[in-house]
Amino acid sequence: MSKVTLEVNGKSVSADVAPNTLLVDLLRTTLGLTGTHVGCDTSQCGACLVHVDGRSVKSCTMLAAQADGAKVTTIEGLAKNGDLHPMQAAFREAHGLQCGFCTPGMVMAAVDLLKNNPKPTEAEIRAGLSGNICRCTGYHNIIKAVQIASGQATA
Amino acid sequence: MAQDGIGASMKRREDARFLKGIGKYTDDMSFPRQTYCYILRSQVAHGKINKLDTAAAAKMPGVVAILTSKDFEGVGGVPCGWLVTGTDGPMKEPKHPILAEGKVRHVGDPIAAVIAETLNQAKDAAEKIDLDITELPAVVDMKKALKGGGTPVHDEAADNLCFNWDFPGDSAEVDAAIAGAHHVTKLDLVNNRLIANAMEPRAAIGAYDPSLDEHTLVTTSQNPHVIRLLMGAFVLGIPEHKLRVYAPDVGGGFGSKIYHYAEEALVTWAAKKIGRPVKWTAERSESFISDAHGRDHVTHAEMAFDKDGKILALKCQTLANMGAYLSTFAPCIPTYLHGTLLAGQYTTPKIYCNVKAVFTNTVPVDAYRGAGRPEATYILERLMSKAAREMKIDQAELRRRNFIQPSQFPYQTPVAVQYDTGNYEASLDAAMKLADYKGFEARRADAKAKGKLRGIGVCSYIEACGIAPSSLVGALGARAGLYEAATIRVNPTGSVSVLTGSHSHGQGHETTFAQVVADKLGISSDAVEIVHGDTDKVPFGMGTYGSRSIAVGGAAIVNALNKVIDKGRKIAAHLLEASEGDIVFEGGAYKVKGTDKQKTFGEIALTAYVPHKYPIDQIEPGLEETAFYDPKNFTYPAGTYIAEVEVDPDTGRTKVVQFTAADDFGNIINPMIVEGQVHGGLVQGIGQALLEHAVYNENGQLVSGSLMDYAMPRSDDVPSFKVTTTSTPCTHNPLGVKGCGEAGAIGSPPAIINAICDAIGVDHIEMPATSERVWRAINKI
Repeated sequence: MSKVTLEVNGKSVSADVAPNTLLVDLLRTTLGLTGTHVGCDTSQCGACLVHVDGRSVKSCTMLAAQADGAKVTTIEGLAKNGDLHPMQAAFREAHGLQCGFCTPGMVMAAVDLLKNNPKPTEAEIRAGLSGNICRCTGYHNIIKAVQIASGQATA
Repeated sequence: MAQDGIGASMKRREDARFLKGIGKYTDDMSFPRQTYCYILRSQVAHGKINKLDTAAAAKMPGVVAILTSKDFEGVGGVPCGWLVTGTDGPMKEPKHPILAEGKVRHVGDPIAAVIAETLNQAKDAAEKIDLDITELPAVVDMKKALKGGGTPVHDEAADNLCFNWDFPGDSAEVDAAIAGAHHVTKLDLVNNRLIANAMEPRAAIGAYDPSLDEHTLVTTSQNPHVIRLLMGAFVLGIPEHKLRVYAPDVGGGFGSKIYHYAEEALVTWAAKKIGRPVKWTAERSESFISDAHGRDHVTHAEMAFDKDGKILALKCQTLANMGAYLSTFAPCIPTYLHGTLLAGQYTTPKIYCNVKAVFTNTVPVDAYRGAGRPEATYILERLMSKAAREMKIDQAELRRRNFIQPSQFPYQTPVAVQYDTGNYEASLDAAMKLADYKGFEARRADAKAKGKLRGIGVCSYIEACGIAPSSLVGALGARAGLYEAATIRVNPTGSVSVLTGSHSHGQGHETTFAQVVADKLGISSDAVEIVHGDTDKVPFGMGTYGSRSIAVGGAAIVNALNKVIDKGRKIAAHLLEASEGDIVFEGGAYKVKGTDKQKTFGEIALTAYVPHKYPIDQIEPGLEETAFYDPKNFTYPAGTYIAEVEVDPDTGRTKVVQFTAADDFGNIINPMIVEGQVHGGLVQGIGQALLEHAVYNENGQLVSGSLMDYAMPRSDDVPSFKVTTTSTPCTHNPLGVKGCGEAGAIGSPPAIINAICDAIGVDHIEMPATSERVWRAINKI
């Protein structure tokens, strides 16, 4: 076991972790932040996507020990003072979610996408989110949500 | 229209918790003193277990218990919920044990359960289990399986045949019609094996409270009461009043979470044995080899036409893969959900269907979004477009010539079902207009100028939804009724708790059902709570599958609401000193006709619970009513889909450049949610047509056994869609609704394949039409 200290959603946390503990397990099991989901075991689905030092990371593919000293934002850290983040609001507006399981990862990926490309084309949105799988929506309304959040469409 | 009434695209009430990451899925839950279960599964497709020694593993750190089949003596196998009787009598129904008993029959067959303090400890201990298996020859190909000769999957079925089913009678009349026909279109096709891959892997937590002798199972299920009944009564022998099953937020199902799975019984039973809660969560690679798969039909079909293109007869012979064991509804999928749909939208007078269900050393196969109806639609709609090509008739026109006409409803098909209503030309016309069908040849020419092959494909589908009239399915072999239940509990201050037997795992029931209640009671949807998914809370319900929630579950809600409204009318009549016949209920108030006297619904609710001035000798206090609704018929959603693809002839890569859907779902409660259901279904169908395939090698190893190998449709694989609806309201349920959950997955595969065949000028190409397959077809290699 080794001790890791990191900032999660603006709060400093410390935990003793085994060398093989994944960041997603630290978040879900140790910290109880179950909004970050595990949808696969091969880094394919993106349900576990969080931001580490401002970059998108599939938290099933990073050891907790590697996150020592990092700033991590999870889906629970996105809404401020109870108000949905504009991307969360856009997903609701566009009906960009159904079962909700891929949604946290999809929203985090979409936030990162717009950070790097504030006015993406539809093709750029589709390419930008292709690391996240949604089985429910057929992506149509997820694309629309990102267009709304980027000020390029209305519901 | 009210913002939250029937017909409004109200934003979903469930979204906030999912968007904030505070939904509660099974794996998000933890029980005090919880243990973790890891299941050791077979790595071979077929084998005899010579040795299974857990002694060394049991001494590993953190191990609490290791269970094998010996621990389950006296416990029943996983039951099958549907008995199909074929030409040779009842289907073969071999035992499906919780843990392998002496033999393993597919890769993934569970052998032992290791329960430990942590999941990693359980996994480490499983490595120390001393397991010796002698491999037996595996059979994967259905035609080879039926020839027998090798080692059968089950001793009870030497030729691996589960049943041989003729429907609706023998083939003599159909054979004669085909023999004398002007034109016969023939087709051999495969409906590729798929894996549902709901994004939430299956999970189950078992717990036991010795103080009350009560068992609890939290599980990823589409139908908790069905699990309670099957597991309680047939597997573990736990009386239902001592067993609570609940399915909290469930991350998609698509059929794969209907069935009772061995892991559910295992954790429930183990929790009592070890005296601690037991949690099991599938890893995705484990889901691939333990969730029921879908489709996997091999079919030869012939369709006969007269000189005008009118269909004379249809003959289908199908091999349907059951896998190694019979999953809960497996036998009814290729039979009563498939053969009964073979009339499609057409006036075909004679139909014959033969299905041979086959055991193989593969994961069990059961319903997957559409379930039998996509297979029927694929046969019919591929035949229609191939026939159009052969007879040089436009593919839309050939369909139009054969449509059942609006004046012919109710229409009795030759395959048992009777369609209540429809207007197939209306949806065809709507799709053709939205797709600019007339402008296609110009678009094809433009594509050609860019070096691309553009093609167009039409599919006019029908499905039987709103599953199902209990007496009918009972006569066909179902071992359960298929009604739905609802309780409307009006609280004293006028808010309403709706307890429904339907289960939402993405469909948005918390919104749609609330709209129905708000609309019927004339109250705000904010005052309506939808409660579902817990056998301790809701009345006995059959759950959600077969696009049944609004048509059956919604009807139960309406019937219970009507009972509440009727009782309220009696109370209102008393309070308003009027006769019951003079009271009308509208806009959330009981009014005396022709006067301004009224009582609001809230006032009546309060009076029912504070019955001071109350006709207590005539009616009981309280305002809570339950209805069980058993549908009179299936519902028959139908529509036309038009796909346009562009193929790169150099690489075979196919791009879906336009997809248009026109669906008739009858009345619609929430158009936004309905469109979302269509979008999702379309992409699952496009996934089947272009990408997805569960591939076994000849040794029974699942080659596409992870998300790295099994191609799920991603955002850059599909386009945005053009969707519209037409409407002929269902005639036999109170909302006039038909259901919308499966249409997209049913109608899109043939539309895509028809478009590819049109683009590259071939008679047929198998699904998934990968770049390699398309390139080979173009180059005839």
